[in-house]
This record gives sequence, structure tokens and C-alpha cells, in this order.
Amino acid sequence: MTEPSGPSVSASRVIPIAVGGATPPVPPASPTAGMIRTLGLVSAICGLIIVGAYEGTYDAVAANKRIATERAVFKVIPAAKSIAEYVALPGGGIEPRVGAGDTAPGGVKFFAAYDAGGKLAGIAAEGGAKGYADTVRIMFGYSPDCQCVVGIGVVAMRETPGIGDKIITDKNFLANFTALDVKLKGDLSALANEVRAVKHGAKTSPWQVDAIAGATITSRAVGRAINDSAQVLLPRLVPNLDKLRSKS
Amino acid sequence: MNPSAADTWDEFMEGVWRQNPTFVMILGMCPTLAVTVSVVNALSMGISTMLVLIASCGLVSMMRNITPKEVRIAVYIVIIATFVTVVDYAIQAISLALYDALGAFIQLIVVNCIILGRAEAHAAKNPPLPAMINAAGMGIGFTIGLLALGVVREILGAGTLFGVALFGAGFQPWVIMVLPPGGFFVLGAWLLFFSWLERRKLRRQQAKLVEATQNA
Repeated sequence: MTEPSGPSVSASRVIPIAVGGATPPVPPASPTAGMIRTLGLVSAICGLIIVGAYEGTYDAVAANKRIATERAVFKVIPAAKSIAEYVALPGGGIEPRVGAGDTAPGGVKFFAAYDAGGKLAGIAAEGGAKGYADTVRIMFGYSPDCQCVVGIGVVAMRETPGIGDKIITDKNFLANFTALDVKLKGDLSALANEVRAVKHGAKTSPWQVDAIAGATITSRAVGRAINDSAQVLLPRLVPNLDKLRSKS
Repeated sequence: MNPSAADTWDEFMEGVWRQNPTFVMILGMCPTLAVTVSVVNALSMGISTMLVLIASCGLVSMMRNITPKEVRIAVYIVIIATFVTVVDYAIQAISLALYDALGAFIQLIVVNCIILGRAEAHAAKNPPLPAMINAAGMGIGFTIGLLALGVVREILGAGTLFGVALFGAGFQPWVIMVLPPGGFFVLGAWLLFFSWLERRKLRRQQAKLVEATQNA
């Protein structure tokens, strides 16, 4: 170390800078009041615009959502002409769903679909399970008469185009869901047989789903989505089916 | 064309061609690669971005004289986020299917650097009308960029255009084009094309220059 160090040296280095006045001129700061005024004004204008947009589009958005749900239900229960929304409560009962808010904790949303004469045509419910890319969300139709799943439709998925998304087009796969057995056990506590996707060509029982070759993961997700949803919903729903027989 | 109209035209064409956000500035790549799997998605994304761009540049420009520089970024972001929210609601009201297809990329328009860049570089220094004209040009340029990708990817990857099948049933779609790598392939090909155009123009200018010196 050749550099001398000590308080006197560092002081002599600092002082000229501090008193020399050679620092570049700092532009005057804007007054705080001005900043607050501008931010307040911007927030007020933007708040008004957002509220206006929300109010202006509310009805159209709600109508769109209702149409999308109805379309999904009508697809899985072709005989349906109108639907009613219900919630299956954790305790076992069911109640009509009112308003558009969130369902009660533990409640499962489902739709009772009625034909032109107001008779129960079937039940539709949603289910979801992890697929290859993201959760595959499906809507399935349940027929109380045969105690089976009679149709499925995809609500949302991000599966690989051309591979996983065959679940909406593959005829052989969709044939699984014309009469997929979801009977309950004698004590109505759970499904008699777990719904499960099996390897392509290995289906032997009416509660098995024959997977698409090359899209096994997505096929399994569909099977699991139906199983998980049916295991929760059907034990609560079946004892109350009589309440739903005709349109209220 | 009188001088002011020429200026306006210049202002407008900056974004459409000379400073095209996608192919010249290479900005906004996230939505460009992600949503251009079909023409409809590309077009809706482009139009949404353009509307946000025009509206927020207009408002930023109107407030430019009362915005202290310390809080300008906060002001820009609040304004941009507001118009993104408006567009978000509007798309939900128009079509839920479209809303699902565009997914998070609608909300992500907030952080699209094209918009913040325009607000900072242009709208904050110009009166509302030129600012909005410039923004419209940028928006159209961005839409053109998205469409250039969307058209190619939809035709090759799905064999359709606007959802209408172009080829017979025998067409085997080139699926990789609608997967993420396809976005990079197509973008790369377009960038190559535009850089070739640029070089050709430069070469011709140089040739002309050489000719002129020789003649002299």
C-alpha cells in the first residue's frame, strides 16, 4: 500500500466537492400538491371509465355466460329445452342456486335439464382433472333412468392440438359416453365401480373408458374428471331425485 | 399534399411501416408469439391493442401539461390499465369463446411495451390529435404484424383461414405451426424476409450512388 490513508486525506478529498458548487444543477422538484392532484384526477377519471364499462357490459356478459352454459348442457343432454341450476350441499341435500355468486363452501353446482314437457331429461355437472398441459374441464350429462353418463362436452382445455384435443372429435372415444355406468353402491355412499380410463382396446366393463391411443393422459383426465365429480355429486343427488322430477 | 397533411401522414405511417412494432422494433413479442395460432385471434388481439393504444395515448396527451415527471409512469400505467379493463369487459360481452382463446394476454396488454413506449416517447410530448394518429398507426402496424403470423400459422397448422377449410379432407395439418415452436419459425421467416427487403433497398441506393459518382 503506497496510498496514504487517514482522516485528513479523505477530508481533503471530500471538502472541495462539497463546497465547490460544481455539481450539475438539479431540476426543481415538482410540488407534492401537484403530484397528488394529478394522481387523484387520473384515478377519478379512470375509476369512472371502469365503472361505466362494467355497468355497460354487465348484462351482455351475464347473457353470454348463461348462453355458454346452456349450450354446454344442451350438448350433453340433447333432449333438454330448459335448465335450472342447483347446488348439492355437503350435508346431502340440494337447493336451487340463486344469484351469480360463489356457491357455498363444499357445495357442488349442477344443472337439472328439462325437456319440452317440463319433465326431467337429465342432470349435467362439471368436472375437472389435470391433463397433459392444464386442467381439462368437462361437462357430463347423467341420466337417472340408466344411472349412467350419456354425453360429455369440453368446457376448457389446453391440450395439444391434433393429439389431446381429439377427445372432442374422436368418435370411438365419444362412444364411451353413450352409456358409461356410474351406478351407486347399495348404501348410496359412493360409486359401485370407479370410472377409469384404460389403455386403448382394453375396455371390458361399462364403467371403463377406452382411451385414445397416443392421448392416454388426456383420456385419463376425462375419466378422472367424471369419477371425481360423480363420487361427490351422485351420493348427494340420487336420494333427492324425486324433488327434481318435474320443473318447479 | 399540403405540409400539415404530409406530417399527419408521416406520423401515421411511422408505426405502420417505418417503425413497425413487430418487424422493425421487435416489440410486443409475447402476444405476437402466443395468440397468433389463428387469424381471428390475431385480428382481435391486434384490434384490442390498437384501441387501448389510441385511447391511452389520447388521455396521456391530454394530461401531459399537468403530469409532474416524478409520477408520470404511475399515471401512464393507471391510464393504460383502465383502457385494458374496458377492452376486457367489451370482449367478454362480445364473445366468451374469443375471451377464452385470448386468455391472459388481454390483461397483459397493460405491460405491452409498445403502449408504454408510445405514451412516453410520443403522447407525452404531442397534442392529443397527432398522438392518437400516431398511436393508430402503431396499432395498425402491430395488427399487420400479428396477422402476418396468424395467416401463415392458421393455413399451415390447421389448413383453414378464418375457420374455413381451404384444402380437401386429405390435408394433413402441419400441427407444429400452431404449437409454440411454430410461432418462432414463422416470426423468423418474416424477419428474414423484411431484412432481405431492407438490404435490397440499401444495395440499390448504393448502386445509384456509385453510378452518380461515375457519371460525374
